[in-house]
Amino acid sequence: MELNARIPAGPIAEKWAKARFDYKLVNPANKRKFDIIVVGAGLAGASAAATLGELGYNVKCFVFHDSPRRAHSIAAQGGINAAKNYQNDGDSIRRLFYDTVKGGDYRSREANVYRLAELSVNIIDQAVAQGVPLAREYAGLLENRSFGGVQVSRTFYARGQTGQQLLLGAFQALERQIALRRVQMFNRYEMLDLVVVDGQAKGIITRSLLTGAIEAHAADAVVLGTGGYANVFYLSTNAKASNATAIWRAYRRGAAFANPCYTQIHPTCIPQSGDYQSKLTLMSESLRNDGRIWVPKNQGDNRVADQIPESERDYYLERKYPSYGNLAPRDIASRAAKEVCDEGRGVGSGGRGVYLDFADAIDRLGRPLIEERYGNLFEMYADITAENPYQSPMRIYPAPHYTMGGLWVDYNLMSTVPGLYVIGEANFSDHGANRLGASALMQGLADGYFVLPTTIGDYLVTQMGKKVPTDRPEFKAAQQAVEERINRLIGAKGTRTVDSFHRELGSITWNYCGMARSAEGLRKAITEIRQLRDQYWREVRVLGSDEEPNQSLEKAGRVADFFELAELMCTDALHRNESAGGHFRVEYQADGEAKRNDADYAYVAAWEFQGDGEPPRLNKEPLEYENLHLATRSYK
Amino acid sequence: MNLTLHVWRQKARNTTGQFVTYKATDVSPDASFLEMLDVVNETLIEKGEEPILFEHDCREGICGSCGMMINGVAHGPIGGTATCQLHMRHFKDGDNIRIEPWRARAFPVIKDLVVDRGSLDRIIQAGGYISVNTGNAPEANMILVPKAVQELSMDAAACIQCGACVAQCPNGAAQLFTSAKVAHLGVLPQGQPERYERVVKMVEVMEEMFGSCTNYGECEAVCPKEISIDFIARMNRDYLVAQFRGPRSTILPPLFNTEEELVTNET
Ligand SMILES: Cc1cc2nc3c(=O)[nH]c(=O)nc-3n(C[C@H](O)[C@H](O)[C@H](O)COP(=O)(O)OP(=O)(O)OC[C@H]3O[C@@H](n4cnc5c(N)ncnc54)[C@H](O)[C@@H]3O)c2cc1C
Ligand code: FES
Repeated sequence: MELNARIPAGPIAEKWAKARFDYKLVNPANKRKFDIIVVGAGLAGASAAATLGELGYNVKCFVFHDSPRRAHSIAAQGGINAAKNYQNDGDSIRRLFYDTVKGGDYRSREANVYRLAELSVNIIDQAVAQGVPLAREYAGLLENRSFGGVQVSRTFYARGQTGQQLLLGAFQALERQIALRRVQMFNRYEMLDLVVVDGQAKGIITRSLLTGAIEAHAADAVVLGTGGYANVFYLSTNAKASNATAIWRAYRRGAAFANPCYTQIHPTCIPQSGDYQSKLTLMSESLRNDGRIWVPKNQGDNRVADQIPESERDYYLERKYPSYGNLAPRDIASRAAKEVCDEGRGVGSGGRGVYLDFADAIDRLGRPLIEERYGNLFEMYADITAENPYQSPMRIYPAPHYTMGGLWVDYNLMSTVPGLYVIGEANFSDHGANRLGASALMQGLADGYFVLPTTIGDYLVTQMGKKVPTDRPEFKAAQQAVEERINRLIGAKGTRTVDSFHRELGSITWNYCGMARSAEGLRKAITEIRQLRDQYWREVRVLGSDEEPNQSLEKAGRVADFFELAELMCTDALHRNESAGGHFRVEYQADGEAKRNDADYAYVAAWEFQGDGEPPRLNKEPLEYENLHLATRSYK
Repeated sequence: MNLTLHVWRQKARNTTGQFVTYKATDVSPDASFLEMLDVVNETLIEKGEEPILFEHDCREGICGSCGMMINGVAHGPIGGTATCQLHMRHFKDGDNIRIEPWRARAFPVIKDLVVDRGSLDRIIQAGGYISVNTGNAPEANMILVPKAVQELSMDAAACIQCGACVAQCPNGAAQLFTSAKVAHLGVLPQGQPERYERVVKMVEVMEEMFGSCTNYGECEAVCPKEISIDFIARMNRDYLVAQFRGPRSTILPPLFNTEEELVTNET
């Protein structure tokens, strides 16, 4: 497979402008002749579908939710970055670019990240014009806060509900296009396969989650904005239904999967409390603006927090990373938490927790201000734990949160299957081996509002008059494969529930491919995953029929894909003999920090499906740094 | 703790449903209401019985997917929380709990506890937006929004479109939902050009599908985001202005105070 990133020539600051000039345009009258399928209506999918509709294309948008507004993006709390430099604190497009590449531990593509930084400012303009109520200063100007891994304040936010508000902006724009009949909305439809005709993406196979009907839909291009795959760990901060099926099915149809092992473990989540637990709850990174993280200095110190004197506390992030302190990037903060807990200094039941303490901030700023900034997060914490975080420190622990890996895309966001575009968390593009806080919302919206609607025309002009009908054999074959798979899941008639398998798969991936990985553990994980997968297909129990709403059946298909993806994650983690960002191989470290190997691994690993039971083929896209100097990250 | 659940089971929209009794045993007080149902479902599947269908996703009270009548109250006994955030510590050993789907004409039952809330999206389609195409936006700080106005807009925008307001309302009215969107956009400077046209269009579509508001106030009491019923008064006022003045309301000075004055008067 040839990986051509199609990065425009020229100085980095001029690449996007040059690309836009070089793209062929679709004339306004011809736009309505093109059908585009958008799967997903999170920040990425909704912004793309709305914008494509505004441009005049015929858009069909599919989501498994009952309304586009329920996409997982709705749960994003803390904020969105933009290089506006409203705070006059030295920010610039170049600094956002630099911070993001460095935060990603030098494993992302320079040209993409630079474009992201450039577009960040347009996103804020767009959101404000749509009526997104971003936080304001008293004079009516926009306010900012800080997020991890940076030393400027460039994060815009809407209380603790930034994702919700940005998604509502995109959702409303989408609903407007639906009313104008530029976008046809398919709620409660799940994409179960990609249809490739003569090497090009020409449609999808869907299942109605209400009637079970399997349908084929054809288009001139297909866009996936279907989100990340952190639910492979079973317990994560993602919404329960978030899954990898769309991208995994596309992978099996020829789209390369890049860096599957780059997963993000978020440092500040509420620790697990029992076996019944269905998900983990994030406490926004923004809390680290004012909260201080600590554990007791001594092992097994069981006193309640306020009985432990200052001199016996270890504010380990402030100690180890004095210049970034509590705002060290996520991968570093998570590993540090694991380390102190491994040393036996963790707090709470099971010793898997560290304190996030607001006592100083409340003294310094007063409770009303803390309430204004974080009130809803404090409430959420109190609801879940029945503890009052205004009085005693929160207990937090790292949890799976985000996936930097995803389908490989070129500069135009097209995958290795021509006509298949991938946007938002579903692609691998901008965050390298670790994503900085408040950058996912930025990326999803940059992709959806600005990049994809611009780049897709360049492909569409080559498709004029090349429509394929759904009665082509490729559609029939894909439809049949989907039906057979459903019948197999229902027909297994085993004894174990889907969730019980998912939980077990999650614990294997978490133990061996979570915060710390080793060659030995990864090999073990691969064996265990394969065994469990075989058992799954024999012993899973899916009740009910496929002709009605059936959540067990929906889950069963998604978990079947998670099995395959988990194996690829471990394969990728095993091959990458270095530590980088969220990928921490215990064999490769220096003073407890990730030790990269730039000589051998400064590339994107793009895996190509070779058939069931065959090892996937590794393709490499070398990463060239022309503008930034490959350096060891330091946050000290 | 051990509980007895009486759960509404209904196979499909046009079949008759019934309450079925289940035992929930060894429920942890720290589990959420939905986690309690997860465990019940796991046992049902093990016994070969079909699990109870209920809608959920984020489990953080933000996506608006979840929602059921718990002992006759939308989202259950604790104010300001969605069903997914309701913890079992608020119940006691031996309790009987009656669980039903949202009941409203505009929300037909799909199966068990799942209903079709598509009618709410139709209200948004009628005008719940600011008509700005991508790329059309001015520099963000060119639009000044007084902090109090932004906060007020945000209070309204916090709605999660769960439908509890409709489900609890004896009339099945959607005034709280609609007025929250009308206010979110209508108090902001960006929302002024379409303010009166928007309210008319949204209210008309709302009235086609939902019942009318007779000020019971039950909506506000069960709203998981504690959206204030004051927004309904604002909506009615804007609607009235639009009726008097016609579609050109926006270009005439408002009959009543401007938003900024209103906010300052209130705070
Ligand atoms: C708790 C939490 C807090 C976060 N906070 C922040 C933050 O403060 N700042 C930040 O920048 N990032 C944050 N993130 C990350 C960010 O929210 C996500 O990365 C981002 O929203 C993903 O958007 P998306 O559009 O790519 O996908 P999603 O929002 O996940 O949307 C996926 C869409 O695809 C659809 N879909 C998926 N598969 C199928 C299928 N097979 N068929 C049909 N439809 C399908 C779904 O219905 C949905 O509409 C947070 C994440 C979490 C979990
Ligand atoms: S599951 Fe999302 S609000 Fe309850």
